[in-house]
Amino acid sequence: MRLLKGVRLASGEVTDITIEAGKIARIGKSKESGLDCSGLIALPGFVDLHTHLRQPGFEASETVLSGSRSGVAGGYTALFAMANSDPVADNASVVEQVMTLGQEAGLLEVRPIGAVTKGLGGEELSALGLMASSAAKVRVFSDDGHCVHDPLVMLRALTYVKGLGGVVAQHAQEPRLTEGSQMNAGALSTELGLKGWPAVAEESIIARDALLAEQVGARLHICHLTTAGAVDVVRWAKARGIQITAEVTPHHLMLTEDLVRTYDPVFKVNPPLRTREDTLALREALIDGTIDIIGTDHAPHSSEKKDCEWDQAAFGMVGLEHAASVAQEVLIESGASDWERFTEVLSSKPAQIGSLGDQGSLKEGQEANITLVDPAASREIQAETLSLSRNNPFAGLTLKGQVVHTLFRGKFSFRDGKVKNA
Amino acid sequence: MKHLTSIRELDRASAVSILDNADELAGVNSREVKKLPALRGKTVVNLFYENSTRTRISFEIAAKRLSADVINFSLATSSVSKGESLKDTAQTLEALGADAIVIRHPMSGAAHTLATKGWISGSVVNAGDGSHEHPTQALLDALTIRQLKNSGSDLKGLSVLIVGDIQHSRVARSNCLLLTLLGAKVTLAGPETLLPQTFREMGCEISHSFEEALETKPDVVMMLRVQRERMQGSFFPSEREYAAKWSLAGERLKMLGKETAILHPGPINRGFEISSAAADDPRSAVLAQVKNGLSVRMAVLYKLMAGEG
Repeated sequence: MRLLKGVRLASGEVTDITIEAGKIARIGKSKESGLDCSGLIALPGFVDLHTHLRQPGFEASETVLSGSRSGVAGGYTALFAMANSDPVADNASVVEQVMTLGQEAGLLEVRPIGAVTKGLGGEELSALGLMASSAAKVRVFSDDGHCVHDPLVMLRALTYVKGLGGVVAQHAQEPRLTEGSQMNAGALSTELGLKGWPAVAEESIIARDALLAEQVGARLHICHLTTAGAVDVVRWAKARGIQITAEVTPHHLMLTEDLVRTYDPVFKVNPPLRTREDTLALREALIDGTIDIIGTDHAPHSSEKKDCEWDQAAFGMVGLEHAASVAQEVLIESGASDWERFTEVLSSKPAQIGSLGDQGSLKEGQEANITLVDPAASREIQAETLSLSRNNPFAGLTLKGQVVHTLFRGKFSFRDGKVKNA
Repeated sequence: MKHLTSIRELDRASAVSILDNADELAGVNSREVKKLPALRGKTVVNLFYENSTRTRISFEIAAKRLSADVINFSLATSSVSKGESLKDTAQTLEALGADAIVIRHPMSGAAHTLATKGWISGSVVNAGDGSHEHPTQALLDALTIRQLKNSGSDLKGLSVLIVGDIQHSRVARSNCLLLTLLGAKVTLAGPETLLPQTFREMGCEISHSFEEALETKPDVVMMLRVQRERMQGSFFPSEREYAAKWSLAGERLKMLGKETAILHPGPINRGFEISSAAADDPRSAVLAQVKNGLSVRMAVLYKLMAGEG
């Protein structure tokens, strides 16, 4: 038995949580003594629908184990691993390998995402059904990093995955409009002489896919929304009754394209950092529910991929250990929302989109996947995290909120700021 | 001042002082012994990742006139992605004794990155980075205009029309920044696909008609080279249509005022963006630009390397 004393729930209620046999036995005051958690907020463990764990293939940047360590430090109890590994997770054996690596790490639940098309090539469907029926039970399919741009392939994928009870997560980027693109298209890209990535390349794909999803009655998830216009399109699609969900990254909520002036590739990401107006629209949409979740798009890269010319550098930033602080900044510190909404965007909604039934809620009888956050803590972000990579655009910022403990299936995976090896 | 990677690093006074020094240093070029001892014992490396005969030679001669040792190091563009990294190359050159690196690179921001990443301790001069900037070209253009127009220390009251593929031009960007800094009014003209509206935010006027722009009687017309590879990007329908609407030729040449200077950064595509008649016109300042390039680069190397300012 384990007892968390004096926790505050998202509702504001201060209580105790009793854990037995890996499950939440009771939420309510207890007379027993236990771990003093006064001042901490107890939330259902966070679920990231968008993580690049880089294994197999890019183990110098991250492994399932190192990514899991970074994940628990960020308060996560489940990570969905994107399919762009090498080999690509487009068949049952790769997704089962990733799942097994996750179980061996044992710190949180690693859920593999299956590629939509073979080799992320955008042409032939991958082994969608076999991945779904494999031991990894894949329910989320994505070519993330690449857009499923062929409308017929996308239509078939939506239809087929609907039959599997899953969801297609689209990386919305019209490829012809973004050939060689390096940063947000606008006055700054003009001045810096970097090839622009126009908002319309994202918005046009979201609009198209929303209509395709509507036609076949499929679920569609949009990865990393970045523009004010994309928010409008999603708002329109939801009003029309289309089964669309949308995600925003911590970096698109916090950082803007002005950072590109430094030509420091730590700020190079795809889709790119946008304008302040876009950031404000994304925040508003996260608050009002147009955007459903925060997905980190945690994309570690080894230093040689970033210690070079801007055009040569890889796209991507780490994010697992800062997402909760960014969510706190946008929802709580702003005074615009509350911890209930915080729970939705980091836990319950991503669990629901990813068909992860046993996560995302804090209820008696559920697995004890719990994150304890100290909302009053303030910290200056260091480039170095538990990730193997240091491409951290938040370095130097001071953010509020600190994950203190994470429990996975009733055991501490992270306690007092330290990873507990399983 | 240690590096020159962008015109943004200059204020009006430092820009004027470079131009003044260039005018003074130009005297060396007409002496019998064309040399000054200013940079004796220093080494300048020309690190060129793009073909460029005139800019490289200009920097080479400029450094030699100041008695620096010069090493030319040219790499094919393809090796940028395949071979040694910029960091390793630059650190190797510095280990060999380079005090300054003059870099031309196909990627925007490469000079800035080299100057700011902490890889090397020497000076960095941007000799053209992608479609970002080419600051010494803008300085030599400003010097040429100042000389031709006798406009005093800066370019106040002058109007300059820059025509052509603005979108991909580092020369245009550096000139927008520098000429406006020196008080000139700059108008950009070109087909809309090669001249996005966002250039207004760099302090320039924009025109999509060459004729209308010429009717304002600019003091200077600067023609930019159009790279033929742009054709693949569907930026304009055909070379013929481009020449018909945007070349400085025929009737448009006649619209120029008697005193209007014609500038071109070279190399020229005769018969495409500029007719032979215009290129050889007495109002053409192309060769003055080349000469001024030499003295401007001497002034820049001197300013960065001789410890002044």
